[in-house]
Parts: sequence; C-alpha cells; structure tokens
Amino acid sequence: MTEKKGLGALIRQNSVSLMFVVICIICIPISGLSPSYLINEIVTRMGRNAFLILSLLIPIMAGMGLNFGMTLGAMAGEIGLILVSDWQIVGIPGMVLAMIISVPISVLFGLFCGKILNMAKGREMITSYIISYFMNGAYQLVVLYLMGSIIPIKHSSIKLPRGYGVRNTVSLLSMRQKLDNLVAIRFWGIKIPVVTFIIIFLMCLVIVWFRKTKLGQDMRAVGQDMAVARDSGINVERTRIISIVISTVLAGIGMIIYLQNMGNIATYSSHSQIGMFCIAALLVGGASVEKASIGNVFLGIALFHTMFIVAPKAGAVITGDSMIGEYFRVFVSYAVITIALIMYETNKRRAKSAVGAELEKAQLEEESR
Amino acid sequence: MEENVKKEKGKFRQMLDDFGLPRLIITGFLILLLVVAPFVGADLPTQISNIISRFSWNGVLVLAMVPMVHSGCGLNFGLPLGIISGLLGATLSIELGFTGGFSFFMAAVLATPFALVFGTVYGWLLNKIKGGEMMIATYVGFSSVSLMCMMWLILPYHSPNMVWGMAGKGLRTTISLEGYYTQALAKILQIRIGKLVIPTGALLFFALLAFLMWAFLHTKTGTAMTAVGSNPTFARAAGINVDKIRLLSVVMSTWLAAIGILVYEQGFGFVQLYMAPFYMALPAVSAILIGGASVNKASITNVIIGTILFQGIVTMTPTVMNNMIHTDMSEVIRIIASNGMILYALTRRTEGAKK
Repeated sequence: MTEKKGLGALIRQNSVSLMFVVICIICIPISGLSPSYLINEIVTRMGRNAFLILSLLIPIMAGMGLNFGMTLGAMAGEIGLILVSDWQIVGIPGMVLAMIISVPISVLFGLFCGKILNMAKGREMITSYIISYFMNGAYQLVVLYLMGSIIPIKHSSIKLPRGYGVRNTVSLLSMRQKLDNLVAIRFWGIKIPVVTFIIIFLMCLVIVWFRKTKLGQDMRAVGQDMAVARDSGINVERTRIISIVISTVLAGIGMIIYLQNMGNIATYSSHSQIGMFCIAALLVGGASVEKASIGNVFLGIALFHTMFIVAPKAGAVITGDSMIGEYFRVFVSYAVITIALIMYETNKRRAKSAVGAELEKAQLEEESR
Repeated sequence: MEENVKKEKGKFRQMLDDFGLPRLIITGFLILLLVVAPFVGADLPTQISNIISRFSWNGVLVLAMVPMVHSGCGLNFGLPLGIISGLLGATLSIELGFTGGFSFFMAAVLATPFALVFGTVYGWLLNKIKGGEMMIATYVGFSSVSLMCMMWLILPYHSPNMVWGMAGKGLRTTISLEGYYTQALAKILQIRIGKLVIPTGALLFFALLAFLMWAFLHTKTGTAMTAVGSNPTFARAAGINVDKIRLLSVVMSTWLAAIGILVYEQGFGFVQLYMAPFYMALPAVSAILIGGASVNKASITNVIIGTILFQGIVTMTPTVMNNMIHTDMSEVIRIIASNGMILYALTRRTEGAKK
C-alpha cells in the first residue's frame, strides 16, 4: 500500500519532467536532427544557461518562490557589458570588468527588490514579476535616454544616430565565446567549453557549501516558517533581502556568461524573456516552487532545451508551417510554469487541510477521554 | 487603539493616506500636462476628444476587474482569457458573413458561450488555489494566449477578409473592421462641437454596463459577493456558498472582458490577434488601481476615474513631450507609472492577506 502510494506520488511530483521526456521522445525522430548536432546544441546551451538558472536556487531556499526579479540582475549584466564594449576592453578582461561593474548595480537592484518583497509577504512571486516590468521601464529610461546624454557613450557603433541612447543590438564580437573557447575540447563534432563548465561546477560547489553555512541554515529556517525563525532570533527581513541580493548578483554574472556565448546583446529584449525561460527550465527539471536542487537545473536544461530545439522542426514537419512549432514552444514554456504554480498551490492547501484534519482528530480524542 | 492613532493624525495627512501618494502624483502629472498642453502648441480640444474616445474604448475592460476584486479573487491578471473569448466571437461573426453594426451584436452573442465556458473552467481552477490567484491568473492568461496563437493558424477560417492572402489560411495578425463594426457604437448619437468629438453611443454602452454592475452589487447575490471578498469565513458561516459566488464573479469578469475587447475593437477599428492580448491585462489593472481601488476593494467610481486618468496620461504624454523636448518618452513613462501603481497596490497591507 505505502509503496504504491509512493510510486503514485513520485509520478505526480515529476509529472512535468515525464511529460517532457515523452514530448522529446516523440519529437526527436520527427525533427530529423542528427544526434551529434543535438548533443552539441545541448552542451552549448548547458554552458550558456546553467549559471543563470543556478541563481534561482537561493530565493527558493529562503521560501520566496521563483525569483522573477532575476531579470533585474540580467539588466545589470547588460549595463556592464554595454559600458565595457564602449570602453573597447576586449576578451576575458572585458568580461571580468563587466562583471565587476554589474555587481554593485545588481546589489542595488537586489536591495530594492528585497525591500519591496518584504512589504508584500505572501505574494512574492506576482510582486517580483511586476518589479521586473517596472524596472524594465527604468532600464529603458537609462539606456535609451540617459546613456550618451549623461552617461558618456563614445562609439557610434553603440550609440543611436540621434546622439543619445543605445542601439537595438550591441555587438560583442570582441568577447564572443572568449570564455567558451579559452579551453575547448572537441570530439565527434561536439565542442565542450571547459572553462565555462568549471565555473559552473565551482558555482555548484559554492551553493552546496552555502547551504551548510549559518546564513544558509537561517535561510532554510525562514523558508520553512517565518514566525518560528523570528522566534529563534533570526532577522527574517534581513535574511530575505540577502537571498534576493545574492540571486540578483548571480543572475548578473550569469547574464554576462550567457551573452558572451550569444555574441550580441539585444539591448531592449535580451533580459525580458530570460526570466521566463530560466524558470520554465528549472521547473521542467523537477523543481517546485518550494524545493529545487542542482540536479533539477541540469536535467531541466537538457529536457527543456531539447524541446526548444526540436519543437519548431517537428512542428514544421507535421503541419508544414514553421510558426506553429515556434508558438508551441512558447506555449509549453508558459504551460509548464502554470502547471507548476497550480501544483504548488494545491499542495499547500492539501498540507494545510492535513494539519487541520490532524488537529480535529486530536480534539476528538481529547473529547472522548 | 487604531481609532486614536487615526484621530491624532492631521486631517490632511489622513486624506493623503487615503488617496495615496502615487495616485496624487499621477493626478498632478495629468493636470500639469493639461495646463502645459496649450502652451507647447498641442491642440486641447483634439486632446480631450482623444481622451474621451479612449475612455470609451477601454472602460468596459477596466470594469471587468470589479467582480473578481469584490469576491476576493484579487486583480484579474487573467483578463486575456476573456479577451480571447471576445476575439473568437469577433472572428466568428465575420466568418459567418455578418456585416455592419449587426456584426457587433452577433460578435457579442457568439463570444458569450466561449466566455461562459472559459470563465467556468478558470473559476473552478481559481477555487482550487485560493490565496495564489494573481500569479496563476497571470500564467493562465499567458498560456491561453500562446495556445490561441497556434489555434489562429490552424482553425479553419476562410473569410478572405481575415486570412493571409497568399496561403488562403491562417488568420492575419490585424484584421480591419471596415465594413463590419468599426465605430458601431461610437457613431450612435455622435456629437461634434468644432474639433471636439464625443462618441455618445459607446459612452452610453459603458454607462449601461456600469449601471448594471452597480445594480448587481446591490442585489442579494452582489452583497454576498462583497461578503465573500471581505471575510470568507464569515460568509461561509452565514450560509453563503463561497465557491459558487467566486465562480460567478470569475465568469462575470471573463464575459465583461470579452465584451470589453469588442468595444475596444469597434473604437480602434481593428481586430488584433496572436500576441496582442498578451499585455492587455496590465493597463486595465493599473487603470483601476490608479482610480483608487486596492487588491480587495473596487467601485464603479474607481473604474471611471482610473480609466480617465490612465488614458489621459497615455494620450497626453506623447504629444506634450514631443512638442516640448522633441523626444517621445511616453512609452517609458507609461511603463514606470502603470507598473509602479500595481507595485504600490501589492505592497499595501490588506485585511484579506493578513489573516
């Protein structure tokens, strides 16, 4: 009985991942893409996205749900890269400098975001989601109007012809895949960006270590129950702000790694979708709103991006219209997040009613005595 | 104790608190724009007719927020779902060959069953996840919009006015309503005084729906809805079926959104498909919030004031800014103001969220 229940629960918990496995198994042969191409693409995307997605783990640990505000970090990373490419600092030093610039901006954004989220406890996700829109407006104000007029931008390849504001795309040719190609191993046509993976691996170690520190333990306590954590002397507000700041800083660095792989910045749209895709990938990997592990990150990237690569091709083969596949993958990304959120809320209610039922039982026992 | 604290505060301060600082800034900003407009060479009568007609386009969409706020479901970020029902009605009405003003009526009729079905499913879902409505509503909206993106391509529409000319199938991204119901409501009893144009019909239509909503909120069911929103436990104790009332509110909101988008289209003159409904919830949400509503309180007055203020800023900023500093910063101002307003409302402490 218990074993059966365990299996059922296991399937239910991993239903999203299983659904993706099925989608991938069906779509891969239809798409007609060669395995080596597919593996190469997934390895590339693993290097590109893993760091960004890792940045989501810490707020989940602190019970703040999926940090839609990671977009803020991505904006900070972009600002860093825009400035560095205007200063014509190339290659790895340019990237490092961009990261150094992005960190204080990310910290500021993170503080802002954390403060607001503390004012909206219990609706962190919708609030962080609106914050990302709000800050997108502020970002546009800075990049489109202040850069070039107040913040000096010299090069005409970056500046808009009207004299201020940044062009729609900023080329990162001087930095393109510099990190990936620093040490790259190739076999069977598959390129493995060793240094990028080492950085990601180190980040994983840091997260594992962080969980064991005092601060990490505090965060978990806050995530479990804010009232209990406060009673045991943890400064709940501060801990929550720190978790968001860390997440934002990591997202900024992650965005720089992401963009060096892409090779150019879409100044006004790179960051807007990144939050959604990262969150969807993490959820596909079997994470939930309250629990996510490093394993979820990598499984999620593998499954989500396989779908992402094969869906348009498969859609084109099946329906003869490539747009359907494009829309399909957007739909799946949103649907996955929707399902995960619904599961989270229903589980929360179930847990609540379970507690209620236990109380009732205890009360009945009390009365019967 | 709270009473005493309130008394101690100056009356002015209390008024300011009630009104809210962001709202004050936005109202002040709009007044400033209206005052500055004539000096920078913007044509005031044209501007005012613009605001009035935009009000008539958007009023019903904002009104759609009211029932769900009343029943405690929060702000309806899932508005796109209702909009999709409206779009289905609109495209079906054209496909079936209805023309002129009658096609508007038929679009509304055809949209209704979709709105009822979608609304019921959506409401059932929201009853399962009480407490997390707003986030899930957002994503239900997004998922349905992206699902429909595929459907617009696949569904067997044939009307040559709607499908892509070359392929002969798949709906276009924008469909002109010329010959169908463009200005269908606005032209009824239209008043022209010089440059000032008032779309009386559309305003009357909004007034009718707003009145019906007001009347509904004063019926027994309407009062029950408010009770469910302000205190679900109390409402249950009083013998109200909470889930049923919430479901009703969601269906109402979805249907109003469907009608709302049709009214919007008759003013705008085009049906916009695919990703267009995606971001339509945010302007409506921020409009009602600017009008003085909060996450769990909204009235018809909030709708009217909010829509005027929001649309006023949307129409005035581009012209005034363009004439003043020769750059169009209106988009950025709109994003910051509307999302800032939503943020402000979300961070307010509300009785519903505390518990």
